[in-house]
Formats: sequence, C-alpha cells, structure tokens
Amino acid sequence: MPGSHRDDVLVRARGLTKRFGSFTAVDGIDFDLYRGEAFGFLGPNGAGKSSTMRMIGCVSPPTSGELAIFGLDPVRDGSAIRARLGVVPQDDTLDVELTVRENLLVYGRYFGLHRRVIRERTTALLEFVQLADRAKDKVDPLSGGLKRRLTIARSLINEPEILILDEPTTGLDPQARHVVWDRLFRLKQRGVTLILTTHYMDEAEQLCDRLVVMDHGRFAAEGSPRELIERYCSPEVLELRFDPELHESAADKLKDFSAERTEVLADRILLYVRDGDATLAEVRAGGLEPLTSLVRRGTLEDVFLRLTGRRLED
Amino acid sequence: MLVSRGGLGGIVPPRSYSAFLCWLTVYKRTWRSSIWSSLLGPLFYLGAMGFGLGSLVDKHGTASLGGVSYLVFVAPAILASGAMNTALSEASYPVFGSVKWNRIYIGAQASPLRPGDIFRGHLTFMAMRIAMNTAIVTVFIWAFGAAPSPWVVLAWPAAVLTGLAFAAPIAAWAVTVTSENSFAYLFRFGMMPLMLFSGTFFPLSQLPGWLRPLAYATPLWHGVALCRALSLGSGLHADLLGALGHVTYLAALAAIGIWAGARTYRRRLYV
Repeated sequence: MPGSHRDDVLVRARGLTKRFGSFTAVDGIDFDLYRGEAFGFLGPNGAGKSSTMRMIGCVSPPTSGELAIFGLDPVRDGSAIRARLGVVPQDDTLDVELTVRENLLVYGRYFGLHRRVIRERTTALLEFVQLADRAKDKVDPLSGGLKRRLTIARSLINEPEILILDEPTTGLDPQARHVVWDRLFRLKQRGVTLILTTHYMDEAEQLCDRLVVMDHGRFAAEGSPRELIERYCSPEVLELRFDPELHESAADKLKDFSAERTEVLADRILLYVRDGDATLAEVRAGGLEPLTSLVRRGTLEDVFLRLTGRRLED
Repeated sequence: MLVSRGGLGGIVPPRSYSAFLCWLTVYKRTWRSSIWSSLLGPLFYLGAMGFGLGSLVDKHGTASLGGVSYLVFVAPAILASGAMNTALSEASYPVFGSVKWNRIYIGAQASPLRPGDIFRGHLTFMAMRIAMNTAIVTVFIWAFGAAPSPWVVLAWPAAVLTGLAFAAPIAAWAVTVTSENSFAYLFRFGMMPLMLFSGTFFPLSQLPGWLRPLAYATPLWHGVALCRALSLGSGLHADLLGALGHVTYLAALAAIGIWAGARTYRRRLYV
C-alpha cells in the first residue's frame, strides 16, 4: 500500500448495518480505511455499495453498528466531518444553468470559503481536470466526461482528506474513463485517500490498493486485486465459445477435463486452468472444436463469479 | 474552515447564508425571465380589477366596501394575494426540483450544510423574491394613488410576512412530495379558492354567514385584512388589536413552517 499509514485509521466500521424497512442493504460489515490508500467496494448494482458510501458521507444514519470517520460520529458531527470530505456522487449534481466557474464558486461557499480562496483554488482545479478553457462556459452543453471532471474539481474545492467516489466512470466512454483514472491516480499520489465503488473490474484493478467484494450487503472477500486473483482464481482462464446448438453437450463433456473449475455462462464456457494453451490442445484432441477460443489471465471478474456465482454487470 | 460571519447583517446564520448565496447566484442568471411577470402581473390586475371592474362597482355605491373606491379596496388584496402567489410558486416546484431535477439539495448535502441550513437558505431566497415582487406592487399602489394612508409603507412588510406564512409550511411539505402532480392540486384547490374567498375581490360580508368562519381561518384573509388596514389607515385606528391578531396568526404560521421544514428536510435528505 504505497503512501498509506497503517496506524492512521480514517474510517472505522464495526457491524455497520443499514436497513430500509425490512430490506437490509448493508448487513453488518467491518472495515478500517487508512490514510493515503485507495479503497474500493466492488460489486453488482444493489450490493450495498452506495448505501455504505452514503453512510460514510454522513448523509445516511446507520441503522446499527459502529461508524467513526476521523474518529468522529457521523450523526452528531456530520457537518464537521463533511467539511473534510469530497464527494463525487453517482449522478452529477452540477447546476447546469451556471457556468463551470460559478459551480465551483457556489460549492466553495457551502464550505464557508472566502471568494478569494475559491477563485485561486478554482483556477488550479480547472487546470488539474483540464477544463481551464471552459471556465466561462455553461455546464449544460458539456459532455458526460467533462461534467464528471467538473464534479471531481468541485469535490476538491475544500481540499478534502478523503475523496468518496460512487461509480466515478459509469456511463463514460473509454477515453473519458482513462482521463478520469489518470486524474484520480494523481490525487492518490498527492496523498488524498480515495474510497470508491465500482462494478468495473478494470477500474478496481487500475485504482485500488485494497478492495472488498460486496454482495447482498456483505463482504465476500477482501484484499489487494492481485491477492484476490491469486486466492480465488487460477493463473489462466480458457474461454470457449461453441455453436449455440452444441453449447450444452460441450459443457457436459468439458466437465471431464482437468480444470480447477468450470463456469458455464449463457454464451461461453470458462475453464480455470494452470496452462490455457495445453488445455485447449486437450479439448481439441478430445474431439471438441470451439468456434472461438481465448486464453487470458484471471481477473477480478473471475473472482467475483467464483465468490457469488454471478457476473458483475448482471 | 468555516467563516463565522453571518449574512444579511447577521440575521441569517452563516451556513444558511451560504445556501442562500447559491440561489442568489442562480437568480442572477435567470432574473430576466421572471422580471416581466413580476412587473406586468400586478399592473394588469390593478388595471383590470381596480379601474375596469372598479368603474362598474363604484357606480352602484361603495358602502359595503367601507366607502372607498373599488381600486382602493382591491389594491391591498392584490398585494397580499401576490405575496401568496410568489410564495407558492417559489416553494413548490423549485423545492421539489432541488431533490428530483437539478438536485441542488443533493449537491449541497455533501457539504457541511445540514438539511436545516439548506431549508433556511432556500427560504431566505423565497423571502427575497416575495419582498421584491411585493415592493413592486406597493410602488404601483402608491403611484396609482390607491392607498389613502402613509401606513401603506408597512403594508409591504405585512405582505412579506403573508408570503412567508405560505412559503415556509409549503416548502416544508413540498420536500416530502413524491409526485409533482400534488402541486396541481395545491394550485387548483388551495390557491384558487383562497384567492377568490378571502375578502380579496369582495368583502366577506357578501358571503353566506356559515362560510365566513371558514374564510376567517385562512391565512390569506389575515394577510389581506392586515394589508388593507395599513393601506386604508382608518382600519388601523379602529382595530389595532385586530391588526396585531393578524400579525400573530401569520407569524405563528411562518414559525410552524420554519420549525417543520428543518424536520421534513432532514427526513427527506438523510435516508
């Protein structure tokens, strides 16, 4: 965990639970977040990630359990905690009738900052998210990627110690995602603690030092991306696609192969093996001819599939 | 770090003031679109009711109006009901939209502002809008010679109070609304009857006896009666206690709204 200090716990949760009526969104989770790390909550929609983020953001009181942020109580000291947090919500909450600069001005005033301080920081932040040339433009016509970058700039106006990002790149095109990742990586280098939720495994792999796989309000596993892949996945994965007519019979026959594990998806069959090419040769020798085949390394997607029996984006 | 300096001469607490500034910034961008209705609306009303309808009414004697011309009778009512209309339009859709559409509240919520600050900041802005629109009407009334008494200057704050007595409770309710259709009911079955049966266009003495207590209970009647007493002057000397009663009623309603709003906003935003 580069740059983090294991003795400096910023967020501590024990048995943290959130219920909405009879529905339990977050079911008694424990975690410690340290200063300087990038911590990810990976899971499908409805896993309880956003509810956890809202509790950390002090806008949703926990139903039960303990939660402390900067050692403070989110219910009693919510205001003081939020003064030290930056939040990038899942859906942008920018004021589209205002200009880029005005959005930061209004937001800075929420934090009780002086106009002069806001002006200085705005210039630096717009530079940072590469929006300096759009400062005087209205927000409305900006693309999704630019709006997201503006939201990130806005969330940094109070120089937060923790930046909370709920699905920071959902809905962005690949190029825009890479720009966002690059900026977040730089923030991490500067010592900002990042807490993010995502259902993209590549995002989690790119950004997170440590992550938890969340499902049905609980943690299914916890560790660094590499640790999780080593623990829950074989070194290589052989993906086979057959003629839809033959999909089921092929799946039956493949059970006899010496794979560590086999996953039969609707359109593909995954074999978790040590050596993908060798297994592919065995499959062919056994008289099965796939339409396409792919040998790849194990990913967090495989980890998730193994832990929950479901795919991330289902 | 938070600056401990309040806004508007220290009347508004600092955090509510920063929430107010957000609305002011938005308003600076959009005031042009609303200024014409603020100016022309009351002008049309005063013209059509005061002069148009008034010329008809005045021919038949104005004893039931207290011996004043219809223009003088109706002008303070246009002031008070204008305050109500501004309050309703500022406290309904904009509050709902701040949760559902432009999500201003949701953005503000992530800052040190508490739900109560967000509410009071927005309410301060509503009060400003009410004060602006009623100031325009008061000036028109004075310019048309429709106010016999110099006390009419106090009709302006009285109208602002009337507006607040609507804005605070309605904003407190609007934040809890789940469908914007609720506002159509508010306007159709709330604003319309109040507008017509609060001693605005005709004195309550013209209503059947059993309906009158109902009218006395409505906030707009108190606002109209208060503005009328101040605008006519004469009513004030005759019934100072009555005027104080109106002020108390309206202030109590505003206070209940301010108290309730901090709670409904919290319940809506902190889920």
